[in-house]
Amino acid sequence: MEVAAPQAAVPVIELVGVSKRFGAIQALKEVDLSLYAGEVHALVGENGAGKSTLVKILAGVHRPDRGLLKINGEAVELRSPAQAQAVGIAVIHQEPTLFPDLDVAENVFMGHQPRDRLGRIDWRRMYREVEQLLQSLGVELNVYLPVRGLSVADRQLVEIARALSQDARVLIMDEPTASLSPREVEDLFTIVEQLRARQVAILFVSHRLEEVFRLASRVTVLRDGQRVITAPAQDLTPEETVRHMVGRELAALFPKEEAAVGEVVLEVRHLSRAGVFRDVSFQLRRGEILGLAGLVGAGRTEVARVLFGIDQAESGEILVDGRPVSIRSPRDAMRYGIAYVPEDRHQQGLVLDFSIARNITLSILQRVARFSLIRSRQELKIAADYAERLRVRGGRLTQPVRALSGGNQQKVVLGKWLATEPRILILDEPTRGIDIGAKAEVHRIISELAARGLAILLISSELPEILAMSDRVLVMHEGCVTGLFSRTEADQEKVMLAATGQNRQSR
Amino acid sequence: MSDSSEVKQPALDLDASSAAAPSAPALAKEDRRAAASGGGLARLLAWMRSWEALLLVLLVLALALGSALSPYFLSLSNFSLLISDMMEKALMALTMTLIVIAGEIDLSVASILGLASVVLGYTWSHGLPLGLAIALVLLIGALCGLVNGLAVTRLGLPSLVVTLGTLALFRGLAYVVMGDQAVSNFPPAFTNFGFGTVPGTLIPWPFVLFVALALIFSLLLHRSTLGRQIYAIGSNKEAARFAGIRVDDIKLLLFVLSGLVAALAGVVFTARFSNARADNALGFELDVVTIVLLGGVNIFGGSGSLPGVVLSLLIIGVLRNALGLADISGDIQNIAVGALLILSVLGPNVVRRLQEAASRRRAADNGPAGGLARGAALPAPEETGAARARERGQRH
Repeated sequence: MEVAAPQAAVPVIELVGVSKRFGAIQALKEVDLSLYAGEVHALVGENGAGKSTLVKILAGVHRPDRGLLKINGEAVELRSPAQAQAVGIAVIHQEPTLFPDLDVAENVFMGHQPRDRLGRIDWRRMYREVEQLLQSLGVELNVYLPVRGLSVADRQLVEIARALSQDARVLIMDEPTASLSPREVEDLFTIVEQLRARQVAILFVSHRLEEVFRLASRVTVLRDGQRVITAPAQDLTPEETVRHMVGRELAALFPKEEAAVGEVVLEVRHLSRAGVFRDVSFQLRRGEILGLAGLVGAGRTEVARVLFGIDQAESGEILVDGRPVSIRSPRDAMRYGIAYVPEDRHQQGLVLDFSIARNITLSILQRVARFSLIRSRQELKIAADYAERLRVRGGRLTQPVRALSGGNQQKVVLGKWLATEPRILILDEPTRGIDIGAKAEVHRIISELAARGLAILLISSELPEILAMSDRVLVMHEGCVTGLFSRTEADQEKVMLAATGQNRQSR
Repeated sequence: MSDSSEVKQPALDLDASSAAAPSAPALAKEDRRAAASGGGLARLLAWMRSWEALLLVLLVLALALGSALSPYFLSLSNFSLLISDMMEKALMALTMTLIVIAGEIDLSVASILGLASVVLGYTWSHGLPLGLAIALVLLIGALCGLVNGLAVTRLGLPSLVVTLGTLALFRGLAYVVMGDQAVSNFPPAFTNFGFGTVPGTLIPWPFVLFVALALIFSLLLHRSTLGRQIYAIGSNKEAARFAGIRVDDIKLLLFVLSGLVAALAGVVFTARFSNARADNALGFELDVVTIVLLGGVNIFGGSGSLPGVVLSLLIIGVLRNALGLADISGDIQNIAVGALLILSVLGPNVVRRLQEAASRRRAADNGPAGGLARGAALPAPEETGAARARERGQRH
């Protein structure tokens, strides 16, 4: 990677001793941060370390309680997001917020459309300029398409183009790769490199250290609202960085435990659902973790949804304990001892306004009730039991889960499903968007559950997670199973080849 | 399931055995204690900022208005009348509360009431024994609710549209049954239930019915598994479905219940006025929806309580009664009710804005957060952001 930013130059944007407090929480404390033109500066830290607060201060959403924000060396006060945009700061979100019914060009120029002499929107010029802009980034995207149908990656491109159309000098990318497939990530990186060459200052906020070390010239680590270190990327290793983030060794990330694998509990034979997946077959055994790898959109979640009765398969068989079963609803699935921790925690996993306790008991209401009346003592007891075992922290049982961190929310979802005493547990991206410390805990929990005899189907887009956790790895590509590897066979390259469908041609 | 005992309790007791970790019941106890001792004063303060407290103030204002407008207002017999007058709306507000909390709405209740009334009159006047006629009417109410519920759950139509349609449809059917005729020669035993009071008191009989139903519904909503599921559905339908809750079945049940109770209200109405006409209770749905929303039930579902709704019931009742005593016609009264409806939707937003602003000020002052009352505890920044986003994006 290239040399660290030219220290002699004046930073495009600089935070000096910035502090911010929300109620009892000191979100940021005396944080310094500088961004130079043409550098990619990575901001890393666990959830709750203060990254989003910092981003929101730069974006003009929050104002610091103390400290200065300097642009080109001059102190500036940003009173609103609009003002931040006006001085050339743009934010690219993980899930871009655009106008779904307007087309690409309209979104790019929303609010600052080119005008003709009469003050009318100059449509011709607008489309032409957006086309040129996208071309200069080496992107092929139809500017007449409504944004609604675009992938997350394309919508991010629209946001980037939008930032460039406003002559943004500072680009803040907040977890931009979280919802992208590996190929889309590659494309995004190419664009980031181009932006760097254009002398844009980029703040790259990410959980994924391998991305950080590929892209960034400097890295700043936040922990508990304070800056731990800022260093040139080549002076740091991922292991050191993680240590700075959590004060823990990287080796502790993926605890694995040997479990005795028993008889087949779940078998899927030639399962198909039109347009999403076809002819999927596999077996899942007691005490086994079967990793389900693949790119986003390979049909993994869709298989899980069928197994849990959310959707119906068109053909094929599902067998539980060797007997064919018909699963027409989540209730049916629960009856067969199947539990599903869904991909989208906020939409599918939790009722955010409900307390921790109420979320945990939501699927087992009959068990905490007598004559259909809920006994709160019983409810709190069961909830406390699971919250304690899973070490849910950050709130009393009676507080809404909305206030918890992602990791603790995920533990609540796990608790809810463990409370149903399942025999088959389907985990869909169980560690997505949660911080490294909580991730390690979730991994420990999963491995512990397998050791207790649960059959676990682990869907994950993170290869290291799949490889470290799974007894066997099943790989899907565009709706088909393209590989099945034992723990010893599986490695990054083989799984990746199968996931991209490359191994098919050679066979 | 021979091995279920082994799989049971997939205990993650890695730490549970260590002395440092409090045992589960201890934690629960701590939780309760903390909740109880959260400072009686702090809780009182939090409550004073709550919607129910505001309703109480409104009720006092309405009572003051009433006594100022008429010397007859503050009398027991007037209150007996006032309560009597609210009974149909009160009954329908019970089921409406559940439906709105589940994220739906039923605008057809007053039309079901009207249909029930004329069917009762028609069948009675054509010789059906009154008991059978009432049973038939209740069945028809439930069927009307079933139609609403099926259209919403099986066809996936928005309940606002469905019940707006059936509002017209059921009222139309009522006219088909009886045109503009009326039946009024009901037996005294029946009308006594409507006019009469519990012997020795001024408590109207329908009020006894309401209190009984209100208790049952409170238990249902606030204590039962069904109630919990209703809140879950209203808060997050998808998460409810993923948790194995039978979302559609519960919604269907609620619509059927709503139709049934509306028909029951029709029986009460017919008894009270000894009159079965197709235009009975015309426009009552406005009051019912107003009562529920003013009672603090979120129009988007997921929150609200029956005590709040009962308070708001009293407010609307007192207001209409006071205005009536002052010789203000029903149509003009509607202005006041309409204004309250808007207030009830606007109010919570304003209250929240004010709380947010206050918190921002506090945050800016760097004030100690320990003294914050529980209810006023400030949402974390992400939280308000998310809440706002949710409001904005109430989907499509």
